Amino acid sequence: MQSQKVTEKPRTIIEKVWDNHIVAERPGAPTLLYIDLHLVHEVTSPQAFAGLRQRGLKVRRPDLTIGTTDHSIPTYDRSLPILDKVAGAQIAEFERNCRDFGIPFFGPHSEKQGIVHIIGPEQGLTQPGMTVVCGDSHTATHGAFGALAFGIGTSQVEHVLATQCLLQSRSKTFEVRVEGTLKPGVGAKDIILNLISRIGIGGGTGCVFEYSGSAIRSLSMEERMTICNMSIEGGARAGLVAPDDTTYQYLAGRPYAPKGADWDRALALWRRLPTDPGAQFDKRIEIDAGALEPMITFGTNPGMGIPISAPVPDPAAVSDPLERESLGKALRYMDLPSGKPLLGHPINVVFIGSCTNSRISDLRAAANILRGRKVNPKVRVMVVPGSQQVKKQAQEEGLDRIFKEAGADWREAGCSMCIAMNGDQLAPGEYSVSTSNRNFEGRQGKGGRTFLASPLTAAASAVTGVVTDVRTLL
Amino acid sequence: MEKFTAFTSRLAPLPIDNIDTDQIIPARFLKTTSKAGLGQDLFYDWRYDADGNPKPDFILNRPEGRAAQVLLAGDNFGCGSSREHAPWALLQYGFRAVISTSFADIFRGNALKNSLLPVVVSHDTHKALFAALEKDPAATVTVDLARQELTLPDGSAVQFPIDEFAKHCMLEGVDELGYILQQSDEIAAYEAKRALTVNTLA
Repeated sequence: MQSQKVTEKPRTIIEKVWDNHIVAERPGAPTLLYIDLHLVHEVTSPQAFAGLRQRGLKVRRPDLTIGTTDHSIPTYDRSLPILDKVAGAQIAEFERNCRDFGIPFFGPHSEKQGIVHIIGPEQGLTQPGMTVVCGDSHTATHGAFGALAFGIGTSQVEHVLATQCLLQSRSKTFEVRVEGTLKPGVGAKDIILNLISRIGIGGGTGCVFEYSGSAIRSLSMEERMTICNMSIEGGARAGLVAPDDTTYQYLAGRPYAPKGADWDRALALWRRLPTDPGAQFDKRIEIDAGALEPMITFGTNPGMGIPISAPVPDPAAVSDPLERESLGKALRYMDLPSGKPLLGHPINVVFIGSCTNSRISDLRAAANILRGRKVNPKVRVMVVPGSQQVKKQAQEEGLDRIFKEAGADWREAGCSMCIAMNGDQLAPGEYSVSTSNRNFEGRQGKGGRTFLASPLTAAASAVTGVVTDVRTLL
Repeated sequence: MEKFTAFTSRLAPLPIDNIDTDQIIPARFLKTTSKAGLGQDLFYDWRYDADGNPKPDFILNRPEGRAAQVLLAGDNFGCGSSREHAPWALLQYGFRAVISTSFADIFRGNALKNSLLPVVVSHDTHKALFAALEKDPAATVTVDLARQELTLPDGSAVQFPIDEFAKHCMLEGVDELGYILQQSDEIAAYEAKRALTVNTLA
């Protein structure tokens, strides 16, 4: 039969992944969207499992679900008992829930344990074109593979456990095009902190980002994950990068990646995902990678970022009264003057870790700065690998020795001081340079003050004991 | 869930932009495995001093704050994490609605699923509300979800947007899961034609 030629409207990758997952569209209701992979952890799931039990429901697809413990787990020696009884009970209850509902569990002693957003990619669970959800706002990390990945609340964790579906409304599309070549000492973390400082932490609300352009193409998968990870800090629930050969090379041979003929079939589908020429985005922004400096935040949200040599902004120069008050409040909390750069500001702690920057390439970058140097004696430095696999790899490469010889603390895998609910935290008034993703008041411990930056900037500041431009140590 | 009905209430003003979920409920309170008891920890680090005593000048510790079922907050309320503990804590304290010029996506979704109403108003209305409260801290608003209408202290009314489906669920007091479960046949049909992508049990 002669098929009629259908002129298809060019679509973005965001629309393609969405369209591939529509289960049903009923009038008066959001789209029913299928979820390919559900990552579950101890903190945002207990009430969802309780809900399943109350209704007498099972987990519909345990084979599309994985559990691990990362948020409240201590990062000290795993052979020791968990001293925080409340955290210990939460982890024990999670293990029971996984067992009762048939969900594979990467527990505290599993070699696959780690931060949800580290282990999904490293195990090959996260794949292009998937929908991925987790009760965690940094789920956008998985977007680095061309997956539509977003954080959900506990009610939705229950929905996905019970039905493998979510009711969702289509988001707007927002292209973030990064062109050019990064200068030495400038990396993925600086790109994303720069974006957020430009659009603000609500700039991407209602949107999904697609990161594109020559600078994004030249990044490794781990660097792309760093960028996608912080999409939520720009207000976007999801952010993704179209898959390419870098993606496929990373995935090939990973434990849960397709093999043999399945791989060939998958690859053919993945190659159709990238945004069609001529597809329209609702919003766009361009960033010149070559013009970027290392970035650092000075305030109490990730949008309050500046190039490392730039002065902290002056609230008096802000016209909107609420904005002016918010900036003033942030500087009072941080106890910082406006009008001069942060360079040289003393710090107490350096944290290298989190789902943003705890992969092997992050640890290598930090180790390159710390090799043959000593941590400033006034600074406490914690290096927390994102997973047991990252830890193992780092130890095989001798990175742990570099960290320890420099005077840094080498820990077990987990979220640790990024969210500070496992005992790893700042004391009130302390300043940290942190490779994590949030500098909200008290985020790293009540009264603690966070400067967000790259692993390079964090390592450089660990050596000097003050906020430092890493380019002076390269 | 209870049906969401129209109500009139005083407001608790919190004139700060970008109030994040770490302020609404700090992460150290997330080690609980139940929903109960979170109201007392709402805005903990703003609400209590280092010894755990209520700070007398914080709005939730003042009589006008305690009497309010509506929180009036700055732009981009609820940014940050996906913790549903945030709307649970707000509801347990006694809030039924939050008024702002915008809400973070995940917070808005979480709030609606728990019948906490996010009311988006224009910048002008937002300013007018803070001004009205400065004049009279006991000023009230009426929140009418069925009509998507907010009646301001001066008696004038403004419309607010809301997702049609969420509105239906809140007014009827039903949750989404029941609705999704009704579509099991569609889900099974989708699964039958879906290309297998991963098997975590392998």
